[in-house]
This record gives sequence, C-alpha cells and structure tokens, in this order.
Amino acid sequence: MREPLEETEIRLLLDAIYSRYHYDFRHYAIASLKRRLGQALNRLECRTVSALQEKVLHDQAAFPLLLEYLTVQVSELFRDPEFYAALRCEVVPMLATYPSLKLWVAGCSTGEEAYSYAILLEEEGLLDRALIYATDINDESLQRARSGIFGLDRMKQFTLNHRESGGKGSLSDYYHAAHDHAVMDARLRNRITFADHSLATDSAFAEVQLVSCRNVLIYFDRELQNRALGLFHDSLCHRGFLCLGTKEAIRFSSHASLFTDFQAKERVFRKVL
Amino acid sequence: MNAHRQQVMLGRDIEAIVIGGSAGAFEVVRHVLSELAGDPRVPIIVVMHLPARNSTTIHETLQWTSRVPLVMADDKQPFDAGAVYFAPAGYHLLVEAGRSAALSIDDPIMYSRPSIDVLFQSAGDVYRKQLLGILLSGASPDGAEGLHSIQRAGGATVVQRPETCESPLMTRSALNLMTPDLMLSPAEIVSLVSDVACAQ
Repeated sequence: MREPLEETEIRLLLDAIYSRYHYDFRHYAIASLKRRLGQALNRLECRTVSALQEKVLHDQAAFPLLLEYLTVQVSELFRDPEFYAALRCEVVPMLATYPSLKLWVAGCSTGEEAYSYAILLEEEGLLDRALIYATDINDESLQRARSGIFGLDRMKQFTLNHRESGGKGSLSDYYHAAHDHAVMDARLRNRITFADHSLATDSAFAEVQLVSCRNVLIYFDRELQNRALGLFHDSLCHRGFLCLGTKEAIRFSSHASLFTDFQAKERVFRKVL
Repeated sequence: MNAHRQQVMLGRDIEAIVIGGSAGAFEVVRHVLSELAGDPRVPIIVVMHLPARNSTTIHETLQWTSRVPLVMADDKQPFDAGAVYFAPAGYHLLVEAGRSAALSIDDPIMYSRPSIDVLFQSAGDVYRKQLLGILLSGASPDGAEGLHSIQRAGGATVVQRPETCESPLMTRSALNLMTPDLMLSPAEIVSLVSDVACAQ
C-alpha cells in the first residue's frame, strides 16, 4: 500500500531538519508529531508540510519557531504530587545512604521538574551533597530553566502540588516574588547544571543514582524509547532508580529486562544486572 | 446484523471501534459495555470527558457491569482485540502507527484532555476505512472535527440522535460539519457495537 502523502512529507522534513540543523526527530512518535506539525503549519502560515520544509531550510528565523512546537513541554513544580510523595517516603531514605548524590533529569524543558527535585532534596537535608544534571535539546528552554523564573500566576497551583507531595515547609521559602514573577532561590539553582543533551544522538555522560525522565518517552517511538532506556541503564549506578511518568511503561519495550519495578504505581524502577 | 447496518459496514472490515462522549454519555457507554454479546474481536477505545478525579477510576466503575476486560491505556500498549481501552485522566490518548497507544500531555483541546478529536483523528490516520467512530451525548464541541476526519479517512461514522442526548452540543456540532452514516438511539448503538465487535 502507498504511504499517505503527508507521511512522506513528514519523513522528508525530518530528514532535512536532521541534515541541516542536527536535531533528530526521525524517531518521534508519529501521531503526536503530526498534531504538533499541524499547529506549526498554522503558526508559520504554511499550507503543506513540504512548504514548511522549504521555509525552515531558507528562513533562519523559522526553525526556532518550529523547534518550539516540536519540543516544548509545559510542566509544573511537583506535577503528580503522589509521585513526589512516594519518592520522599520510599526512595529518599535509600538516596540518603550515598555520601554524594547525582541525579539526571532528562528532557527538563523549562526546569520545573529539576527545581522540584532540588526543593525535595533540600527539605530532606540532602541538597548540600547533591548535584542535579538537567538536560534538554532546546536551548531556549534551557535558558529559561537556568533563569529559574516562573510566572507568579502559576505559583498557586505549584504551592498546592507541593503541599500534596508532603512538602515540609512553605513553597514560598524557595522563591522570591519580583513583579509578576517568582525567582527560584540561588541555593537551588547552584545545585543544578543545565546542559544541552539529546537522547536521540548523545551518549551517557555521568554516573548517577537516579534518572528522572517523566512524560518524555511518550513522544518517542519504540526504537528511540529503547535507545533512551539503554542510556539510562548505562548512566545509573548499581541498583540506581529510574522514574518515568505515571502512565509510562517499560513492559512493552525490548529493554524491559534491564529494570525491575520498585514502586509500580508511581512508575519508579531500579536498574538490574 | 440488520440491513441498514450491513450497508454501513459494506466493504469495511472493521478492525477498531472508537467511542467519544461527555455529559450524558456515561450511561450509554455502560450499556454498550455490559451488553456485548461475547469477547470483542476488535479493540474498543474510549475517551470520556470527566472531572479528573473521577476518570481515574472510570474503567473500574464500569468493570462492575462488564465481563470484557476494561483497561486504562499505558503508553505504547498495543491495542489488542478482546479489551476496551480508556484514556487516562490528564492525558490525550492517540493511536500510533503499529496500532498501539501513544499518550501526550500537549495542551487541552477545547478545555479537554483527553480530547475526543485527538483520539479520533489519530485513529482515522491509522485504521483508515477499517474504523468505526461513534460520537455520543456531550456538552462540548470536542469530537465533531474528529468524527469528520474519520469520515474523510473512509471510516464508518455514527452519531447518537441529538434528541436522545442529555447534552446535544457534541452531536449537533458534528452534524453541522458532516452527515454521518447513521444516527442512532442509545439502544441501537448498544446493538450495533455488539454486532460489529462480536460478529463471527
């Protein structure tokens, strides 16, 4: 059967992006990718994916806009509070046994998750000996993450999440308000290293006790998911922890045997072998 | 299968059924799932708009009256025959190439996540004319575009008769865009799904 025209166009676009800009979206899950490209077509006023391809190859300003549609994820501080509550109760006591701690937040987008970990570790008295690597492929997201600035209007939801996650103090202990912004404290920011890293093309860069990659693998196809799980396995120390989004599974992956359930409901796994 | 239903399915070997609804659809879905004549030979995939806290247990609630396994879809879970799949609260549920579940936390569509449009459009892309899409009662226009896209992909489309809907906005929005293959009452939808899903 002939490949539908739109899928041919998408394949060609992704090849072009990879050749020209070295961003590899060729193994992103097609269903969500199609929707996001549909939105980008509207925004960039292109009638077809082929027209979009021409635009991003010839118009320097167009690619960053497209990249935003393909990568940016909106998250929250302490998104899924039950997950952070489980982390606090079940995982933190084991992390506390290490003299120094390294965590990797893969696909950190604008930094909400990395700051959540920093706050949680501070509350558990572990931040001083911890280093958090937070990586993403979108430079603009990384810059925003590095600045540690969030809209003040989002803090109400974040505060609620933090409380439900078993937060010990008040979330306002960790930021100060400036105009309509909340600026995260330097003592959190100083423990986080934001860096450019692609799960599609880069390799492992450090040994860590915990990898957190929540709601990122849902945008990958099986092949790329397997590559990412392989990277996580390579990066984790013996019996290290892997945290995925609450509806993400590894049991459908050919790499399922690399990890074992630790907190099945909250999708916390441990490295085996 | 009666004559007009056969007509709709003519030339279509249905390989999946997608169902969407919001306000007023819960009872219809409950009936559909409790009246299935046997194990479905195709996957049935459902998106219902519900307040986030309720929808975490919708499949468990419905399981009381259905003997077919009801599953909250995990990312990359294959859509196998014999089960009914529900979108998890707070996630869009899509059909990925290869006929497995793909979740997304992209923005809500018309205030809804999961969105019926997102499921229907992606299912239409993958199953093409081997898809049956059913849009039920609801107080949101979400789902109308999606049903239309199923029709454009060659799939069969069914709309609950607006006069039988507790909230007819969803079905009326669809009827403004398209003419579905069938407009049916809830009882007719129950027997249609049973016929199509459980036909030998």
